[in-house]
Amino acid sequence: MHMTADAREVSKTASGATATRDIYLPSERKIISGGGTPHVVAKDFSIYYGEFEAVKKVNADILSKYVTAIIGPSGCGKSTYLRAINRMNDLIPSCHTTGALLFDGEDIYGKFTDEVLLRKKIGMVFQKPNPFPKSIFDNIAYGPRLHGINDRKQLSEIVERSLRKAALWDEVSDRLDKNALGLSGGQQQRLCVARTLAVEPEILLLDEPTSALDPKATAKIEDLIQELRGSYTIMIVTHNMQQASRVSDYTMFFYEGVLVEYAPTAQLFTNPKDRMTEDYITGRFS
Amino acid sequence: MNLGTRKILDRSFTAVGFGSIAVMGIALLIVLVPIITNGVGSVFFTGTLEHRKMLFNEFGRGNTEELAKENASSEVYRKQIYGMLSAFEAELETMESEKKQDYLSKYGPVKTALQTLIGPLPGEPEAILTRYKYGQTRWGKAEEKLHEFLYETKWDFSNPDAMSKEYFVSRATEFEGTSLVKLFPFVEEHLEDVLRPEFTVYWGFLTDSSVDSHIFGGIWPEIQGTFFLAVGAMLFAFPLGVIAAVYFTEYAREGFFNSILRSANSTLAGVPSIVFGLFGLAFFINTLKVSESKSVLAGSLTLAIMILPTIIRAAEEAILSVPKTYKEASLSLGSTKWNTIMTVILPAALPGIITGGVISLGRAAGETAPIIFTAAVSVGSAIGLADVFSSPTPALSWNIYNLASEHEAAAEIRHVQYGMVLSLVSIVLLLNLSAILLRARISKKLKG
Repeated sequence: MHMTADAREVSKTASGATATRDIYLPSERKIISGGGTPHVVAKDFSIYYGEFEAVKKVNADILSKYVTAIIGPSGCGKSTYLRAINRMNDLIPSCHTTGALLFDGEDIYGKFTDEVLLRKKIGMVFQKPNPFPKSIFDNIAYGPRLHGINDRKQLSEIVERSLRKAALWDEVSDRLDKNALGLSGGQQQRLCVARTLAVEPEILLLDEPTSALDPKATAKIEDLIQELRGSYTIMIVTHNMQQASRVSDYTMFFYEGVLVEYAPTAQLFTNPKDRMTEDYITGRFS
Repeated sequence: MNLGTRKILDRSFTAVGFGSIAVMGIALLIVLVPIITNGVGSVFFTGTLEHRKMLFNEFGRGNTEELAKENASSEVYRKQIYGMLSAFEAELETMESEKKQDYLSKYGPVKTALQTLIGPLPGEPEAILTRYKYGQTRWGKAEEKLHEFLYETKWDFSNPDAMSKEYFVSRATEFEGTSLVKLFPFVEEHLEDVLRPEFTVYWGFLTDSSVDSHIFGGIWPEIQGTFFLAVGAMLFAFPLGVIAAVYFTEYAREGFFNSILRSANSTLAGVPSIVFGLFGLAFFINTLKVSESKSVLAGSLTLAIMILPTIIRAAEEAILSVPKTYKEASLSLGSTKWNTIMTVILPAALPGIITGGVISLGRAAGETAPIIFTAAVSVGSAIGLADVFSSPTPALSWNIYNLASEHEAAAEIRHVQYGMVLSLVSIVLLLNLSAILLRARISKKLKG
């Protein structure tokens, strides 16, 4: 019921939009609807920095348990859009939004939305690895402790489980009490993933997670995304189009704040519907 | 600009930089060397028997037997001195009155000088002030006094165009032909036997109370007072300052009100400290009546107000220097703002906050003006912890000034003044050093 209403509205926009560019839904939408449900839904969703409209009237469904990549040139609003989903943009005082952004049908920017609870469900990994200057154990246990788990045994289990999920356990299991800043960049980033997983989020937002890493560490993070696919809804912003095509099921292309094209990854990269998308992925501009 | 000019410019810039640092170093040396050498002299010096007698009588310290032995050996020579005095006094009686008057007027100063040198003479009424109960306790000082005993200081006013000149006249020549003339070479020769100088280490200088307003004894009340005042100021200013800094950096919104607050804080940091002193008197003592009169509490509060802006500024800087990514990471894990501040931001900012705090502590310990009207007295005994709400206290900074300029015998107690200065400098230096070490330790822990 919810689904159909949604689909109608989005497709309406897709066919009738003149102010913005045409919005394409994933073509296999109907097939997906059997297994996947929209997890985050944007309806005419705009983000402003003061007067400047950084993201313009986006209408899109992010499907549950799939990996969605967001690509586009610098300053196109892709990070802004990603950070809007767990309200990290609240840190910027001039930032405000219009339209609606729904998470499980609830308005993320609603008057009574508790952003702290929201962020617990929507975890985020940042561009630069940002472990706390604490021990590896305390880094992972930070989230669970915040949410009231203080039993040492229970915490140990969570730490091990999270580190295993993030494919880091074998590398650090013997030095959990060492400072996390002593790890390599790639290990730090996987630690950040583990730390996010420890609070058991439903959505994982990855904001250019490999841009500060070397190719080897990048490959490990990509492997990790493959591991986690299917268990979490994952959104990843990336500059690297090969990466987008390797790891994602769907891809969104943003240009100057507009969601230009949104399609299954294979289709977007092989048969883009929009000229702009084609120019971008063939490297005519960046 | 061509390469040659550029190089010359670079070099001259380096030269000026080095020059200014060198000037600073030399200035520091000129100040510190006398402070250290003279200050150390307040603890390590050549003490006389009078010093040991004083310690025994005033502080009950020392070996009774040994002291008795020393006294006996000193007494042998004293007896001879006293004998010469009484022989001369008997001789005076036989003189005709005019001559007697003449000698009496010269004999008075001799007796006073001798008394200053070796302590009270027999037959004199007992001194009321402790300082007159003993001779010279320090050998260096005794040698000066010996000179004063042997020579009378006179001034030559004959040339009205020039400054009058100081010259010395031997007292012995003035008593030519009397029996007293033997006294002067005898005292000169046997002063060591009378005073028995010995190398002394007097740690009591740091832990004893003063006797007869710093003529004897130590500076413990001042050290303790300084400690009370500085720590008291910290107790008020540190929590307030950190909370204010958290407000400024994390909660305050940019706006008119906030910018007024900020500039008020900056202005407060530049207010002369004497103004804070007056403010403390007017506000804490006269208006709020935190205490009847001067008290450690009032002084601490005044110092707290004075160092508050510095603490706020340092804490603000420290909090702002915490990478924003820590905050983002914490918030993205579903942490509240309060939790993020307490568990991530403040711990990471701790080295900077502590450094600012300890430097302010050093400043509070060294400031004089704010405590003149609110807490400091020039002479007093050490106060108990329970008295801080009502009693004033002596403090190093104020007493350094007081002893050097207002003490009635300032020239006699230079070693105490230097000792106080060295103590204060050491305390501030130690505080700053501990701040550096603490900072290094926490930073190392944070960096892993």
